[in-house]
Order: sequence, then C-alpha cells, then structure tokens
Amino acid sequence: MLLEAKNIGFKYGAGDWLFRHVDLQVEALEVVGITGPSGVGKTTFSRILADYELPNEGTVTMDGKPIMTSSYHPVQLVFQHPEKAVNPRWKLRRTLNEGWQPNDDFLDKLGIKQEWLNRWPNELSGGELQRFCVARALGPKTKFLIADEMTTMLDAVTQAQIWHAVLDIAKERNMGVLVISHDQHLINRVCTRVLEF
Amino acid sequence: MQLSNKQLLKQPLNKRQRTLLVCIGLSIVVCVVVLTGILLDENRIATNLEVRNSPPSLDHLFGTDWLGRDMFSRTLMGLSLSIGVGLTGAIGSATISVILGLVAATMGKVADSIVTWLIDLFLSVPHLVSLILIAFAFGGGFKGIVLGIALTHWPSLARVIRSEVMQVRSLDFVQVSKKMGKSRWWITKEHMLPHIIPQMLVGVLLLFPHAILHEAAVTFLGLGLSPQEPAIGIILSESMRYLSVGMWWLAFFPGICLLFIVRMFDKIGDNLRMLIDPHHAHR
Repeated sequence: MLLEAKNIGFKYGAGDWLFRHVDLQVEALEVVGITGPSGVGKTTFSRILADYELPNEGTVTMDGKPIMTSSYHPVQLVFQHPEKAVNPRWKLRRTLNEGWQPNDDFLDKLGIKQEWLNRWPNELSGGELQRFCVARALGPKTKFLIADEMTTMLDAVTQAQIWHAVLDIAKERNMGVLVISHDQHLINRVCTRVLEF
Repeated sequence: MQLSNKQLLKQPLNKRQRTLLVCIGLSIVVCVVVLTGILLDENRIATNLEVRNSPPSLDHLFGTDWLGRDMFSRTLMGLSLSIGVGLTGAIGSATISVILGLVAATMGKVADSIVTWLIDLFLSVPHLVSLILIAFAFGGGFKGIVLGIALTHWPSLARVIRSEVMQVRSLDFVQVSKKMGKSRWWITKEHMLPHIIPQMLVGVLLLFPHAILHEAAVTFLGLGLSPQEPAIGIILSESMRYLSVGMWWLAFFPGICLLFIVRMFDKIGDNLRMLIDPHHAHR
C-alpha cells in the first residue's frame, strides 16, 4: 500500500497559495511526521489527503489509482478536538459503532471502559472522547491513519497510552500512520521520517 | 446565602418555569375545548326562538344570538374546529418546510437554488392572497382551507431549517460520517434530522396561531368554511350585522377566546425558541 500525494497546491477562495508543489509518499508500516509552524497548512494538507478538502492542483492516489470516494475511505483522519467530532446527541456506543464493531480486546487496548459506552459525549472528558475517535477511525478497512494533533491536549500518561495502542494496531494491521504535531519529542519518538512543512 | 421558603415563593418564576406553566395551562384549555367541541350536545346550538338575543347570563354564559342559539357552545365548537384546522395546517406546513429545507441543504446546488427560488416566490406574495387563491382552487370548505394553510405557511420555516442544516452539514462529525461511507440519506436521517427537531417544534408552535388567524380571516371574508359550520370566523362575520344594535356579546366573547388561545401559543413558541437558543438560555 502506498499513499501518494503529488504536486499538491491549495488556496482558500481566490487568495494566495497556502502551499504549492508538496509531494509526499507514505508506505504501509511507515510512521511519517509532519511538523512546521502554525498556519502553514499542515492541517489543510492532511484534510486533502483524507479527502475532506479538494486540492486546487495535484493528485492524491493510492497504489497509483485515485481513491474511491463513495464508500469507506481508506485514509481516516483523527481531529484535534474530539468533542466536535462526535455527535452530541448520540450515545457513545452508537458513535463507536458507526463505521465498524470493535471487540472488547480492542477497546481495552485503547483504555475505553465498558461503562462509557452508555454515556453521552458531554459526560466524558476530552481524553476519553479522543479514544473513541481513534477507535472509530481504526476500522478494518483503514489503510492509513492521519493523526492531526491527536494527543496535543492530553496529559502525558494518556498520550503515551493512546500512541502505544495506535502504533501496535498499525503494525498488526499493516497500516501507515501520519503524525502532525508540534511536539518534537513525540515526533522523534514515534516517526520513522519527518516532513518539514 | 440560604433562601427561606417564603423568600423562594416570593421570587418571580424564571422563564423556564413560566413557559412550563403556560404549556400546562394551554394543554388543559385545548383539551377541554376540543373535548367539549366533540362531545357537546347538538341541542345546545339548536335554534330556540324563546331566548333570542339575550345578553350574557348564568344560563347562557356568552348570551344567545338572533336565533336563540347558545353562544358559549357555539364558541367552543368554533374553537375546536379552528384548533383542528390550525393544527393540521401547521403540521402540514412544517412537514413541507422540513422536506424542502433538507432537500435544499443536502441535494446540491441545483436543488438549493430551486428551493430558494420557491421560498422567495411564496414570501413575495402576501399569505392571505395566496391562501385565498389556493383555498378557492380546491373548492373551499375544510379541505380547501387546510390545504391553503399548509401550502402557504412553510417558506419562513423552510428558510430557517435550510440554514440550520447547512450549519450541521459542515460539522466535523457529519464529515467523518461521510468518510465512513455512509450514504447522504443515512446521514440526513441519523445526524441532521435530530438536530433540527427543536427548530421544527418551535416552528409548528409559531405557525399554529398564524394558521388559526388566517383561517378565521378567510372564513370571515366568506371564502373558507361553509356557513353551517360554527367556525370562529363565521360567528364573527355573522355577528357583524348585529353589532350596531348593541348585541356586543356576539363578537366579543368568541373574539376574546380566539385571541387568548392564539396568544398562548405565540408566547410558548417564543419562549421555547429563546430557551433552545443557547445565546439566550442562560438568562
């Protein structure tokens, strides 16, 4: 599996280019970091990769073919703010099972307690919610996971736990992972290579 | 600071409690009116020429008319008919606006411009005119009036729902759902519809008084319900001729009752809208 972004350029509306000529190749089992100062378009780039946004120029392909957009997308994105990424009117069991049905071992690995499943999103903390978002994005058909500041607002212990689980699962499933972060320690620790934006 | 019971009682009720009170009061009134309207003995409104033109008394609370019919019973029946028309009309109207609002916001640009054009078209013509034309085209009567109300009152609510859906559509969890391979219809049904239900309820509540008043207005003009049905509009228009001879009770009580019910619905709708709106809810 090879996720390839070629010559990507993007601008908001009729404004200036946010970035141009960005190339990136991620293979299965790779953990690639993306760093850079605020506002250079890291998040926008990751949204383009996951097909949330269309680039003004350039293409995103998987194994040389364009990605089918109507079914489950093989590139899944985990957002920085979990409270926005879950429906506040759904109990968490429903949110978790939206894409697939994870088993109990899987939930254990991410530290999701069974009793949380019957709660509403506003009854859980950000860290607890983020575990649900990660679990939801790690469906069997996910080939690449993009973690856009996934653990930035979490404490060190939770961070470590989540990353440990994610990297484990990625290795097991033969997935590629993209890490967007300002945290140099995290990047040094988990990534096999780094793209400076 | 601990408040004693007495102080608590003296405190003015907050908006939530007041709304609840009005809601309870209104549901009781509506139930009573509808039930009596259905159960009431036809004899009460039969003509009885011995008690013609009597002013309000204990026997006839709202007086009697020029044919000796009891105005209290006629008012109740008229109100229950009006509430029926208003509810069916408002619910029909809300259904149309929800469907059109969802279509406009989820089906793409062409659908959106068609719906927006339709909304502008209907908003540019006064309600009453299009209502009269539609009611007339469907042959008047109960069916014509209900259809007329349902087909003319949807645009403003449709506009609100369209903008609401557009906002929900751009939220992260809806986008995620799309990437999970969920269909447009599924997302609309599971994610968006629950989000617009509060708006819809408030919409129905605010449409209802409009619908009743318009029904009364059209009937008053003689284009709505037929004269043998004791609708409020009919009662009012018939009593016009007798007002000048001093029979004020013929128009006064039915008018006040109509106003009362309309005002209550209006109040509840307004309060609910403010309570649901997070910018106002904490006040």
